[in-house]
Formats: sequence, structure tokens, C-alpha cells
Amino acid sequence: MSEAVLGAVRRKSDAARATARFGAITAIALAVFAAVLLVAGKNPLQAYADTFRHTLASAYGFSELLVRMTPLLLAAVAVALPARLGLINVGGEGQLFMGAFTATAGAFLFPNAPAWLLLPFVVCMGFLGGALWGAIPALLRAANLVNETVTTLLLNYVAPLIVGYFVFGPWRTAENSAYPQSARYPEAALLPSFFGTRVHAGLLIALAALALYWLLMERTRWGLAMRAVGGNPEAARRLGIAVPLWIVAALAIGGGFAGLAGMSEAMGIAGRLRQSLSPGYGFTGFLIAWLAGGRPLGILFMAFLFAIITSAGDTLQISQGLPYAVVNILLATILFVVLARRTK
Amino acid sequence: MPPSTVLVEMRGVSKRYGAVQANDGVDFRLQGGEVHALLGENGAGKSTLSKILYGFVRPDSGQILLGGEPVRLDSPRDARSHGVGMVFQSFMLISALSVLENIELFLTDLPAVPDDEAVGTRIREFGERFGLSIDPGAPVRQLSIGDQQKVEILKLLLANARILIFDEPTRVLAPHEIDGLFRVFAALKAEGYAILFITHKLAEVMRCADRITVMRKGRIAGSYDARDVDVARLVTMMFGEPAAHAPRQEAERLLQTDTAPAILELRGAASRATGNEIALRKLDLRVGSREIVGVAGVSGSGQKELGDLVLGLRRLTMGVKRFCGDDASAWSIARMRENGLAFIPEDPLGMAAVAGMSVRENLVLGTGRLYHRGTGLDWPRLQSTMEKSFRALAFPMPALQAPMATLSGGNLQRVVIAREMAHQPRLILALYPTRGLDVRSAASVRDLLRRACAAGSGVLLISEDLEELAEMADRLLVLFQGAIVGEFRRGAWTAEQVGLLMTGARASASV
Repeated sequence: MSEAVLGAVRRKSDAARATARFGAITAIALAVFAAVLLVAGKNPLQAYADTFRHTLASAYGFSELLVRMTPLLLAAVAVALPARLGLINVGGEGQLFMGAFTATAGAFLFPNAPAWLLLPFVVCMGFLGGALWGAIPALLRAANLVNETVTTLLLNYVAPLIVGYFVFGPWRTAENSAYPQSARYPEAALLPSFFGTRVHAGLLIALAALALYWLLMERTRWGLAMRAVGGNPEAARRLGIAVPLWIVAALAIGGGFAGLAGMSEAMGIAGRLRQSLSPGYGFTGFLIAWLAGGRPLGILFMAFLFAIITSAGDTLQISQGLPYAVVNILLATILFVVLARRTK
Repeated sequence: MPPSTVLVEMRGVSKRYGAVQANDGVDFRLQGGEVHALLGENGAGKSTLSKILYGFVRPDSGQILLGGEPVRLDSPRDARSHGVGMVFQSFMLISALSVLENIELFLTDLPAVPDDEAVGTRIREFGERFGLSIDPGAPVRQLSIGDQQKVEILKLLLANARILIFDEPTRVLAPHEIDGLFRVFAALKAEGYAILFITHKLAEVMRCADRITVMRKGRIAGSYDARDVDVARLVTMMFGEPAAHAPRQEAERLLQTDTAPAILELRGAASRATGNEIALRKLDLRVGSREIVGVAGVSGSGQKELGDLVLGLRRLTMGVKRFCGDDASAWSIARMRENGLAFIPEDPLGMAAVAGMSVRENLVLGTGRLYHRGTGLDWPRLQSTMEKSFRALAFPMPALQAPMATLSGGNLQRVVIAREMAHQPRLILALYPTRGLDVRSAASVRDLLRRACAAGSGVLLISEDLEELAEMADRLLVLFQGAIVGEFRRGAWTAEQVGLLMTGARASASV
């Protein structure tokens, strides 16, 4: 058998194994959650049927899944990319807030610019804000000063405070002082939405980011260098790969993607900057990237699944009278199943 | 001396790992009062056999009798309770604790609050009896490697082991420490202990063994009384045919040391200590074209640090590094490599390759900008260059898409060597390049270095193996505590001289 065929067979069985793994994790988690619903005196089959009807089975429900999926995809790539170098980016949430913050600054800086100019500018600003927030821990790590896990996590608490200062202070809208938020963005800074739904151009950006992530890591020499750093940093150093440079680059690019998530939530959904920008998309993104093992298709699948789960929270709240927080049990169960598997 | 009693008998022991039959119907007997050497090249099955005896590995079939009783050894704990003990290559000591505490940790029958006095007394008693004297209160981190080995042996003796397995115990020792170990062997066997000595160093076997068993491809190739066998016969047994002894380099080969252009030159080069790496002190070193410069030293004398300094991984705090005449003191590794530095380390997966990537990807790592094409790489050109390199070295080329981790140790190193040799390096930095290789692979690596040298490269060969250095090095430097304490020309030194310098027993010398 030729090498190419062997390689293809191996990849195929890898993919099959990954699919089986995702399937098993999901099935176990759903079964455990069903038990929880039973204990709560609800009919799990009914609950799952309701969820299905309000998400996958309706056009509106499906469009809302895509809306939720957008920031999750970006936040997951933000984690997956640095993870290829062995870097643990727990700072997706902070990077997301910074991306929204800088994008907002961009929009307010040139309120009269035309859309063809302002929109790309705002997107770039969103990327830069997240990249900056990722680069700070990266520089500290590259200089061998502080572990990036700690600093990315801690910066999560700083970014919302910066956003908070601006929405309570300088940027606070004059129109309705009861709610701390910025003024509406100029029309030209808003991401266009499609088909009369809330699905907006951020989804395209997210899918492009996912594809770019794959291309970068698998098809370019830069990806090769980064994978070498992740695979064996000692060897990479000795082979002349500039390890500190790649650490900074990877965390900055990752942070940039999270920043795009923040930008797309602000410019695509809210239309203004709020402190309640994200219900923890950055953290969920970490979970998705981790569950998917960094594989692009896995990320796509998992992001979709998590969009369903969070939508299920809304559905169960309405149809079953359960608190929204019950979906946290489902999320925790998934995490638990994965953890149990990993440490066998 | 008590009459020879068979302490261990293994009958028809077999063990298979996947496609590899590591042990194939092995019959083996170990007697009290003998030093029994177990010889064989890498992969011959010696370590599997010893792991079976120590309860680490369960045989697929076969029987083990200890003191005549059939036993089932499911774990090292079982083995220890039957009086089997093992001294590993890497010691199992906790460096922050004292000798006494380390030994107490190992003893299972102590009361909850151990009687330090009593244990200490026993340590001293055993120490005097077997030439293992050591201060029970000394912290292990302050002990030399040789003394740490003594602690390992004492541990086993205090735990009432009668069967002692030594896995390549001399690998980490300086020559005078090896003599000491062999004296310990003699004292132990005089009291009826059985010693199983696993090694592939023939000279040592001839010095200390009473009985020699040779393994080959998982089977016993022969077992002899040491008096009835010579080195040539053992070599034949190990390899099945007489191994071609590499032709000895003529000692009168012209020394171009001073006239040949320097490829690498260190002048007063020093670097700072960092973490667990030591400082280098004012090194003067020169590697000319067509010259092999050997560096000897006991492990931890600054070899890795010297290698990293040459590579450009470690900054010079003083002095200068020149590479082919240019001041390379501040060059990055990438720049050093672009200018013709090749690096062959001992453990390819540790320092020179990425296990999770394919062979092809590993071949392109470290080639700098050579194969850049747009955002990607020029794979066809890489492949043709590497094919040539493999052919020139007479190495079989592995499947390019195969993950590196699926290759055997020897093939891993061949991939690294083929990559490093592919672009006519000017300087080859070889860091223990033959450590862990069997005799034949080691000879082929040495031959390759010699050929590269004849073709005009300079070689800096860092090694612990004095025989290898004697064979290879045109000049020999001795490293001790980060400083060069001796420099010799080919043939102008003896193992004893160098050994004394390596261990700091003598201050410095140069011939």
C-alpha cells in the first residue's frame, strides 16, 4: 500500500474515532441530564422534544443557534490555536471584552466614515484589542516570568472593568440614563445581518477564522514551527525556532480571534457596548476547544452542540418552568464525562 | 564462602510485545556467590528478562523459581519480599532527604516512628562490611553519583535482598568509581549474594564476572564460565558474526591543530549558572577543519551547557565565540545552523525531533529558510535532498508520512542524522551521539563522524566513553565543574590520567 493511502486510512480512522468519541460523550451527558430532569419531576423526553422543536426543527430556532454559535466558534479558536504550542489560554473572556472595547473606540472615532471603510476598520480594531490582551501574558511567558494560564485568567477580570468604566463614564449614552451602555454605533459600523434574522456577518468571520486556523497550522511553515514548539520545545529551541516569538504570536492571534468574538457581539447583536456583553462565551469557548481536541471540525460540531445546549436553557425555562441554570448541570456533566475519560 | 546455591532459576520464560518477541523460551540460572554478567546488544532482551525477575513485567509463559520454590512475581513488591532487589540506571533517591531517610523510606518493616539510631548503625555496619561506607546523615543532593549508587545498594541490603540486579551500573561512573563498584561486587559475592550485572561493556565483564550469559534476539546465545571464554567469542555470540572492528585511525595522522583554519573557536568563553545548569568558566577551545575534538567529563560537568553555548542557546557573559572566523558570540541558533552547524544529540526525541510530527516534517525542522516557498514549504525539493542524504549515509529512508513516534530508536536517530548531514555541515556538535546505541550502530555513527571529518568538517564530540574518545579524538579536553582542566593530543593520555581529572582528583594537566 502506498504511503498516501496509508495516511488517508489513518486519517479516516482518526476521524471515525473522534466522531465516536463526541457521540459517546454527548450520549452519556444527555442520559445523566435526563436523570436529573426525572429527579426534578420533569419528563426528560418531553424536555428533549421541546428543545429539539425550538432549536433544530424551526427556522427561527435554527437561526438563533447560528447566532449563538458565532462567538463560541471564535472563542474556541482563540483557545485551540495557542494550545497547539502547549499554551493554555484561559483569557478568552477578557480578550473578547477588549475586542469589543477597541472596536467600539474605532466606531466612535470615525462615526462619519462610510461602511466600506469603517466596517473593516472596526473588525481590525476588534482583532487588535483581543491580540493586545493576549500579547500581555504572552510577553510575560516568553520572558519566562509568569505562566500564561494565571495571567490570562486574571486579565479576564480587568477587561470588563475597563469596559465598565467607559459605559458608566465617558461613553455612557445620553438617551436613557437608567441603563449603563454606550450610544448606538453609527449604522456604518454594524455588521450586516441576513434573511431578516439575527444571523450576521460575524458568522462568516467565525467560519473564516476556523478555516484560517486550520490552514495556518496544517498548511504553512509558520504552523509547522508552532506545532514543533508544542510538540517538543527543547528540540524546537535547538533547531533554531524562535520559541518566544511564536509564543507571543500564537497568543496574540488567539486573543485576536476572541477579540473578533467581542466585536461581532457588539457590532452584530447589541449595536452598542454593554458590560453584559458576554454570558461567558470566552469560558465556553475554552471548553469547546478542549472537548474538540483542537480539531477544526470538532470545534464546529461542539460549538453547534453548545449553542443547542444554551438554547435548551431558554426552552426549558419557558416550557418546563425550570431555571435557566439547569443547563449548567448538562455542561458540567459533559465536562465530567471528558475528565473521567482522560484520567483513566 | 557458602557452597554455590541456585538462587534464581527461570525456565522457558517468554514475553512478547506486539510483534517483538522480547524473550523467547529463556532458561537462566543465577547462583549465590557469583557475579553473573548478562550481555547483549540493545534489544537483545536483557532488560526484559531483568524486569521479569524484578516483577515489573509478567512473562507470557515460563516459570520462575527463587531458592527452589516456584513463585509468582506480580509486582516489584513481590520480588522484594523474595529477596530480589534492583539498582536502576537512574537512581530512585530523593535528593532533599538524607541517606538515612532515603533508606528508611525503602524499608517496609519499620515501625511508624523509625529508630534512626538502629538503622544508622546497620547502615554503617553494612557499609564497612561491603566497602559502601557513607555518612547516614549526609543529604543525598551532596553525594557524588558513585556515592548515590552506594545508597541504592545499601537500601537493598538493609531490605534483606539476596539477589541484586544492576542495570548498566557503570554507565554513570568515573573509572575509579567503577573499580570501587567491582570491589563491592567481590565483597558481596564472598558473602553469598547473587549479582546480576547487565551491561554491554565487554572489558568490564571480563574484569569482574564469574559467569557470562549472552543474549541475542530474545534468546540465550550462550552461557560460559568467565575463565573459559574470551572477548572475541563473546562478540561473536552477541552479534552472530565477528563484528567488524573499525580500523584504528593512524596515530601519526598529521595534527593540523595549529595550521588548519579554525571552524569553532572559544576564547575565555564563560556563561552564568541557571536553574540546575552550571556555569562555564573561561573556556578556550578550538576545533579546526578535519579535526575531531573530544570532550570528556563525568555527567554534569558542563557538557550540556557547553553544547548549548556552541549552539547559541546560552549567552556568553565573557569572552568570544568565533565560527569560521566570524564573531558569533551573539548569533542565534538559527544563524549558527544556517552557517553550517549540525547537532547530533544523544536522545533525538529529547532535543532534536518532535515525536508527534511526521518524518517529513521533522526533516524540514531546523533547515531555516532553505525550503521556504511562499507561505509553505518546498516539499519535493526537501525530499530529493533528504533522499540523497539518506543514500549517502546508507540509511534506509523511512516512510515520510509516518509519525516520528512510530520509529524505533535507531531509525529516529538516523532521521536526525540524515537531516543534520544533508547540507554539508562545517561543524558537527555531537553530544553523546552513541549513548544507548548497540555496538554496531555506535560504530556506524563513529564512522560517519570520521567520514564527515575527512571531508572537511570539524567535529566537537562530547562523550563519557573514554574508549570512544581514545578512538576518535585528535585532541581531548577534560571538563570538570564547567572548566577545562586538561588537554591532550591523540594517544598522549591514559584512562587513569583522564579519569582523575574528570573526577577532580587531580587539578589540571595538558600534554
